[in-house]
Amino acid sequence: MNLLFEIAWTHVTTRIRQTLVGILGVAIGVGFTIMIAGLMEGSQRDFIRQLVDTLPHVTVSDERRSASTQPAEREYAAVQVTNLPAADRRAGIKNPNTVVASIESWLPGAISPSEQTTALIHYGGGHVGVTVTGIDPRREIRVSKLASQMQQGQVDDLFRASNAVIVGEALAQKIGAQVRSTVTVSVGEAHSLSATVVGIFRSGVHQIDDTQVFALLRTAQVLSGQPGGINQLRLRLDDAVAAKDVAGRIEAQTGYKSVSWQEANANLLSAFTVRAFIMLTVMAAMLFTSCFATYNIISTITHEKRHDIAIMKSLGMREAFVRGIFIVEAAIMGAVGIVAGWGLGYLLCYGLSRITFFNPLSGEIINVPIYWTPTHYAAVGALSLIACAAAAFFPARKATRVHPVEIIRGAA
Amino acid sequence: MTTTVIQTVGLVRRVEGAISHVLVNGIDLSVSKGEFLAITGPSGSGKSSLLYLLGLLDAPTEGEIFVGGRATSGLTESEKADLRLKTCGFVFQFHFLLPEFTALDNVLLPMRTLGRLSMPDMRAKALALLTSLGLAEQVDKRPNQLSGGQRQRVALARALANDPAIIVADEPTGNLDTASTEQVFGVLRDIASQGRTVIVVTHDPGLAARADRRIQIVDGKIAQETWLSKERPAAGQAPSGPVEPS
Repeated sequence: MNLLFEIAWTHVTTRIRQTLVGILGVAIGVGFTIMIAGLMEGSQRDFIRQLVDTLPHVTVSDERRSASTQPAEREYAAVQVTNLPAADRRAGIKNPNTVVASIESWLPGAISPSEQTTALIHYGGGHVGVTVTGIDPRREIRVSKLASQMQQGQVDDLFRASNAVIVGEALAQKIGAQVRSTVTVSVGEAHSLSATVVGIFRSGVHQIDDTQVFALLRTAQVLSGQPGGINQLRLRLDDAVAAKDVAGRIEAQTGYKSVSWQEANANLLSAFTVRAFIMLTVMAAMLFTSCFATYNIISTITHEKRHDIAIMKSLGMREAFVRGIFIVEAAIMGAVGIVAGWGLGYLLCYGLSRITFFNPLSGEIINVPIYWTPTHYAAVGALSLIACAAAAFFPARKATRVHPVEIIRGAA
Repeated sequence: MTTTVIQTVGLVRRVEGAISHVLVNGIDLSVSKGEFLAITGPSGSGKSSLLYLLGLLDAPTEGEIFVGGRATSGLTESEKADLRLKTCGFVFQFHFLLPEFTALDNVLLPMRTLGRLSMPDMRAKALALLTSLGLAEQVDKRPNQLSGGQRQRVALARALANDPAIIVADEPTGNLDTASTEQVFGVLRDIASQGRTVIVVTHDPGLAARADRRIQIVDGKIAQETWLSKERPAAGQAPSGPVEPS
């Protein structure tokens, strides 16, 4: 065996207690860092998954990104028209069936046209502002999780009564409505109809559960006064991550504003960046702390071994060689500690994933979300090993720099 | 005809600090091949400091040390380490054996660092060295299983491991009883008679009297130089300047 490794190995194996403390320090650092990483990334991914599940991946609305120009402006450079309704402006998506068909021809996913309007819902003397979305239940179940979010009734129940509506759970509680209650939905003075609640859903997103009402497309079109009108296309893709590209393509193709879920939740996603930074800081701090254990132990060992260091140097071993002995010792402790830390981290993650808690937002009992990935183990392990070597380097350098004469004189 | 192995010219070692003091104050010395040189002097006289300088463990503040005719002041720490490994063997008052290693492993240490021989050759040589020092039974024992005299003999075997031209010993018998002292001193004598240079710092006048030459250091200077045996080098060969590199 290589002399350097042999000396290092002899040192760590003859001082079992010290070695164990060093290994334990690294193991605890690695274990808890892996736990934090799994927990943070798990909760983040869980949140995004809920977000992606609840909302359409892409929403195409009848808005434009910028105000449209007047025909005269397009024709003559000198003309400027301000504050005049656009000539071609008409509510809703033009020729919705053609648009839907053309998108469907290439779309890797499903599309559901809907008519959305704001309305007031009246029940028992109270009235609340809501968003009414007119849907085609057969298409809707392919673009949203509405079917699985139903607490009472089913999506198809919309066909069961004339002017049937499905309301969010929070909204139902707020107005005190139940299934089979008859509510009045109105848009301004003109359009008002009485509707029957046939179902209650819970998406887990409070903002939706508090304001969303689903009705048949036809009912919503009556409310908005746009018979046959479609002002929103909602898409669900096979690959949610592709939403950004798909939205861009649809916008380029149709000119209608297409918003991907990433764009709609840009604030939230940027908050995750900050969260990721905080997570990395916490993890770095934990690893740094566990480094101190290594630092301490190597300091102690080099102090105890100062006679050995002096004699090895006086025999003619180079300083770098003697320093290497202690760095290898730290690396050995680090390597064993990392493997032990992996085990500890796995157990901690497993233990946490067994814990369930009540989510007051969705009213569900859920498991603590843990994200399992070998990347965490590899990254934390690699960082730890480097940190260990660095933590050993400084005390080892200090100890091996000492002139052997100083030690030999002191010992005599 | 004597060959100069180590030579110093105007050697000064000063320690700078709040109270600066001079450990070695202008020593010119020339030691020949096969010579047994004893350095004596009162405590704090600078005899050990001189020894560390001669063994290239310490660097002089002024002056020059020539080892085998080669000036050493320009060498880096690593080059000095290499030179020590090949040419100097150290024995200290305290044995300084590595406590976790057996006697054999301790003797193998300098050989393995030098790496000139194959592992079986190194083992054979280390065993022969230990056997020649009467330690054949102790090769697999650790330092804490050995007596003081045995430890010091293991340290001697370690010093001899790479066949160094110079053995530098600082109070090698300082911690030993009379019998062990006699044994270790006998070995040192034998080494010198085999043609190696032995430089010993000792407090023991009886031992110093059995050297080829005895120099007494007082306040960092050679106060007295006594030739006890062998012939004093001829006047022409007396140390007066650096020897030409061989």
